[in-house]
Amino acid sequence: MHRHQAFEPLSRTDQRERKSRVQSTSRPLCGVLPLTPLFVLLALPILISACSSGQNSPHPTAASSALVIQNKGSDTIVNLALAWAEAYMKMHPEVRISVTGGGSGTGIAAMINGTVDIANASREIKKEEYEAAKANGHAPTEFVIARDAIAIVVHPSNPVKGLTLQQISEIYTGRITNWREVGGADDPIVLLSRESNSGTYQYMLENVIRLGDSKSKLLFSSETLLMPSSEGISSEIRHNPHAIGYDGLGYVTADQKVLGVAKDAKSPLIQPSAATVNSGAYPISRPLYMYTAQPPTGKIKEYMDWILNEGQTLVSELGFVPLH
Amino acid sequence: MLGFSTVAFVLLIFLFLLREGTPFFFEVPLENFLGTGWYPTFDSFGVLPLLLGSILVTLTSIVIALPLGVATAVCVREVAPAWTREILKPMIEVLAGIPSVVLGFFGMTLLAPFIREALGVPTGLTAFTGALLLAYMALPTIISVAEDALDAVPKSYRDAALAMGATRWQTIWRVVVPGARSGILIAVMLGMGRAIGETMAVMMVTGNAARLPLSLDSIFRPVRTMTATIAAEMGEVADGSTHYHALFGLGLVLFILTFIINLAAAPAILQRRRGGGLR
Repeated sequence: MHRHQAFEPLSRTDQRERKSRVQSTSRPLCGVLPLTPLFVLLALPILISACSSGQNSPHPTAASSALVIQNKGSDTIVNLALAWAEAYMKMHPEVRISVTGGGSGTGIAAMINGTVDIANASREIKKEEYEAAKANGHAPTEFVIARDAIAIVVHPSNPVKGLTLQQISEIYTGRITNWREVGGADDPIVLLSRESNSGTYQYMLENVIRLGDSKSKLLFSSETLLMPSSEGISSEIRHNPHAIGYDGLGYVTADQKVLGVAKDAKSPLIQPSAATVNSGAYPISRPLYMYTAQPPTGKIKEYMDWILNEGQTLVSELGFVPLH
Repeated sequence: MLGFSTVAFVLLIFLFLLREGTPFFFEVPLENFLGTGWYPTFDSFGVLPLLLGSILVTLTSIVIALPLGVATAVCVREVAPAWTREILKPMIEVLAGIPSVVLGFFGMTLLAPFIREALGVPTGLTAFTGALLLAYMALPTIISVAEDALDAVPKSYRDAALAMGATRWQTIWRVVVPGARSGILIAVMLGMGRAIGETMAVMMVTGNAARLPLSLDSIFRPVRTMTATIAAEMGEVADGSTHYHALFGLGLVLFILTFIINLAAAPAILQRRRGGGLR
């Protein structure tokens, strides 16, 4: 949690969505234990190069030994998965868990190819991926492991209390350009977004800007400022009374104002929180998944059970919404 | 021997860029490439906003840095007494050593809010903010090279001008600075090369909005430069995808642009060599 709050400009994207990251605790060839979190960040480029050979080739022990659990996929989840792995390995020294990012698609592809035990995904498995896994003799099993709310944030001095999804869409496509049009002061709106290959950007585009309409061709306005990091967004929100931004609930600091969001003009404004996300009242939230190639057994089953129960206490620490 | 290896490295880098970048120009039709929208995740690869963004930021930074740099060089070399020079020179060299990330952080947290309030623009993350930081970064280069050029103007020029009754001010601006103009041109080109390739600070303060900077107020609006685009997106693209090739295509455009800038400086460099002195 505190790790990704730290300003870290070299990672153009924030921790949750970084592609190439390696948790090397299970790989003796990297030999960098023990690492403080900060040092992990600093050493990341070195780790990536040092470990890339091992990372790209199927891990030989993944299938043969139950002691090593390979976990790979979504960058949104990678921090949470790391926290789980670290906590679990502390309690069960006989189990080694290796966590890698790379993106939801990468993780699922690796599961299909049988090179990982657990794939992390911030989206549901696609039909083609499911078919491909079945063709390889797998029976992909889905676990919803946490939920993620996306908060709409503005400067604390902004009088606007909330927006409907339709208004957010019109603001981000550039049809509404002044705060006056949504009940604020007569000021221009400055649009802030994450970079275009962030999963959060994709989610906002599909579910908010396009309002879930798969035929829609709407895009973010070209006036949108694409910020290289979460810190970039929060810094601009803190300083600029005209700005609007969005980010995972866990990244919102106390000096930003979180807007309520309404499904449509008739619905009430809902503030994002664990309760409103779990009840489904807050409209901009998504489940996060883990997939195993087979219904899990043995050590992997124990680990999944732990994640779904005791492990949930770590979820809110990392800014996600626990299942219960 | 080392010199040759440098040439070889540049060639190899160019070949690598060509290999990774040229597929882009085949994969993407020309009208898409020359379009005005950069939405790489939706197969819209309009390079124009990025190219113009880079050019806008670089030129503005040179417009800011050139008068400052030359004036500083004149001050250090011609006006300041020896002991001040002893202090100023190392200080200027320290300027060059400040990491661009630090400058970018400074720009993001202090300069951008200041510019927003001082100029009354919607956001302080603008091309101008980036240009200010780049000017600051290009200054040490411009000052050092310009200073060397001034130093190389023969003392006889100054003596002659003063003997003919010119004041010190006239001597400096009418004789010494014009005498050093090819060196100053090189300073500008080197400064420009520094500015156009700078990534980190620019990415942090220019807002990275891929808008076409054609309106008059564009300088005070956000822009997205080619370097920032490559840096922001390279970590996340799939190897061998069109987007991947597009980013190398951008790298190729940058390389060619820098090459043209250096080529433009070449006559001045050659002339300087023929003249024998560093002038």
